Amino acid sequence: MDAGDALLLARGQFGLNIAFHILFPTISIALAWYLIGFRVKYARTQDPQWLGTYRLWVKIFALTFAMGVVSGITMSFQFGTNWPGYMLKVGNIAGPLLGYEVLTAFFLEATFLGVMLFGMERVSSRVHIFSSVMVAAGTTLSAFWILALNSWMHTPQGHVMDGDVLIAGDWAQVIFNPSFPYRFTHMMLASGLTASFLVAGLSAWRLLKAPQDPGALKTLRTGVLVAAVLAPLQVFVGDLHGLNTLEHQPAKIAAVEAIWNTQKGVPLVLFAIPNEETKRNDYAIEVPKLASFVLKHDLDAELQGLDAFAPDHPPVAPVFFAFRLMVGVGMLMLALAWFGAWWLRKRTPPGWLLWAFAGMTFSGWIATLSGWLVTEIGRQPWLVTGILRTEDAVGRVPDAALGASFAGYLLVYGVMLVAYVVVLTHLAREGAQP
Amino acid sequence: MTLDLPLIFAILMGAAMLAYVVLDGYDLGVGMLMPAATDAEQDVMVASIGPFWDANETWLVLGVGILLIAFPAAHGYILGALYLPVAAMLTGLMLRGVAFELRVKALGWHAELWNWLFWFGSFLASFAQGYMLGRYLTAFQPGWGYALFSLLVGAALCGGYVLLGATWLILRTEGELQRKARAWTKWGLAWVALGVALVSLATPLASQLVYARWFDFPRTLWLMLLPLASLAAWLWIWRSVASSEWKPFAGAVAIYVLTFAGLAYSVFPYVVLGWLTIWEAAAHPSALKVVLAGALVVLPFLVGYTVFAYRVFRGKAKAGLYGH
Repeated sequence: MDAGDALLLARGQFGLNIAFHILFPTISIALAWYLIGFRVKYARTQDPQWLGTYRLWVKIFALTFAMGVVSGITMSFQFGTNWPGYMLKVGNIAGPLLGYEVLTAFFLEATFLGVMLFGMERVSSRVHIFSSVMVAAGTTLSAFWILALNSWMHTPQGHVMDGDVLIAGDWAQVIFNPSFPYRFTHMMLASGLTASFLVAGLSAWRLLKAPQDPGALKTLRTGVLVAAVLAPLQVFVGDLHGLNTLEHQPAKIAAVEAIWNTQKGVPLVLFAIPNEETKRNDYAIEVPKLASFVLKHDLDAELQGLDAFAPDHPPVAPVFFAFRLMVGVGMLMLALAWFGAWWLRKRTPPGWLLWAFAGMTFSGWIATLSGWLVTEIGRQPWLVTGILRTEDAVGRVPDAALGASFAGYLLVYGVMLVAYVVVLTHLAREGAQP
Repeated sequence: MTLDLPLIFAILMGAAMLAYVVLDGYDLGVGMLMPAATDAEQDVMVASIGPFWDANETWLVLGVGILLIAFPAAHGYILGALYLPVAAMLTGLMLRGVAFELRVKALGWHAELWNWLFWFGSFLASFAQGYMLGRYLTAFQPGWGYALFSLLVGAALCGGYVLLGATWLILRTEGELQRKARAWTKWGLAWVALGVALVSLATPLASQLVYARWFDFPRTLWLMLLPLASLAAWLWIWRSVASSEWKPFAGAVAIYVLTFAGLAYSVFPYVVLGWLTIWEAAAHPSALKVVLAGALVVLPFLVGYTVFAYRVFRGKAKAGLYGH
């Protein structure tokens, strides 16, 4: 096995772990705020139906949170084992950000989670709501710190060199680096949409079995309405995030749009098969000048192509396809949310609409994962843009150990994921218990 | 005066690891005791740890996190050397973590399977942790003798967690289950005594460095206070197990604190035994300072709300916490 394979294996394993992990926080960050909504609604109305709804969704939250915690522990071990060069070079910046995540977010959410899940009969309504808010605040704070670090890796600033290693010069600059506000908002909205489609989808699943369930009808409406508000916001923020990327990481945008050569009046490639060998797009379907217009708001503007960054540009095909998958699923979510919101204003949902939402239950996962692939593969060959190459950060874990643990994780994650989806759909089908 | 930041972080890391071992130790121990209980008792046992286990495991993230942040060179080295046992431990923790929820939410034989995985995950994680401790103490040297020693430490730590779990159940349950827990405590005590005796005998063979630390007269004489105090705690549990609810747990915690002090003495000031000291492995002072400042602000709150959570759930555990 050569160095390239070892790098691929280390990246594959880390990528698998982080991709599996991200599924669950993406739901729980926003679902925590949904639960506060259900809980406050019950406190205000004392309607047992809202209590039932709350109890059902708190069960789903508990399982999601547990999946996030256990897969997250894995991450804290693999930073050092798979990427020792990363910690040696930028550990003085990454370390404190991760440390603040553990100290301010992990303990907060994990401790108050116990009170939130099991303490309803033991504490006052006010203290219980307070505990739920602390859990939600913890999940959001956790996202804040980890995205600050992730954004810094994309658009580093605020650091100074100390010999071979980096140290922070100005922490405010490190945390509020150029891509952070966009990435954080984009991720929060992604979480909101993922949770909304989960709420709507599982409620639809319930309504297919029990069309008269009034609680499920309410949560379906809630999920669809929230999604209908968040989806256009996400399109807007996603566009801003893209323009920010064009400014700071033009090579990533060139890969997203499959622009091989720097030119003026660049066409927008709707579909193609990017060919790394010939450095051109096969079977391309293009709209003339549209890429220049979208990215520079000028039909004849010049855009840098991948040739401007050669040989340090990301692999084109995965970034190109993942981006189109993200946008495609996102547009589908927008269309369905708006249509659903319009339909549900006056009418009850017919079977086909319920099937549509049930089918889209986990659509947020696909959009989030593909968006994550775009941004992380789009940063290659850099781990920290302009500072540290991925190949220089990889560890020297024996291939056999890496391979064996990779297979083990794959098996365990597969079992857990299947169990998660099966239990969620089963809980949803049973519906809220009074 | 300048702060000795690596020393402060070594103490913080030790405290986090000790907190982890005691806190997750009791819930892992309860997990390992599951097969010895009836179905109804199992529900009470899980209910007694349900509100706490998430936060308990967070101490592991903090301990490993401090190793990563404060001693990055050691983090990669140690965890790279322990790659497979770490993977085994994580697999165990993952299986049991989701089994908390799935053993009541899954249906039919699936529920049985997750119940079994809850036990198996608890055992796998505990054993792997002990094995890693053994490898750590023998500086990751290859060879069957060292592997055997590490397996021994793994088995001993399982006994230690069973003791913690059983004494926790004495504290948090009543009736027939509490009576059983008192009997399990005695088994745990015997297991721990055997394990500690074997590990103590084997350690001089396994590590010259640790041996030299302990058998250096006349220092050895006052060092013997540690094992003597552990023995006193052991006897205290044995005498109080039939009559008291809280003394056995307090005694078990005391054994952990004393053993931990002994281990800390054995390895200090190394973070990788015989090779890398905490000062050699430390991150840049600027990074350590900013984390320390945050920790000093956050830790009082952390302790505060942890105490709050334990107060909310004081008293005896009842089944049905998870709901069916």
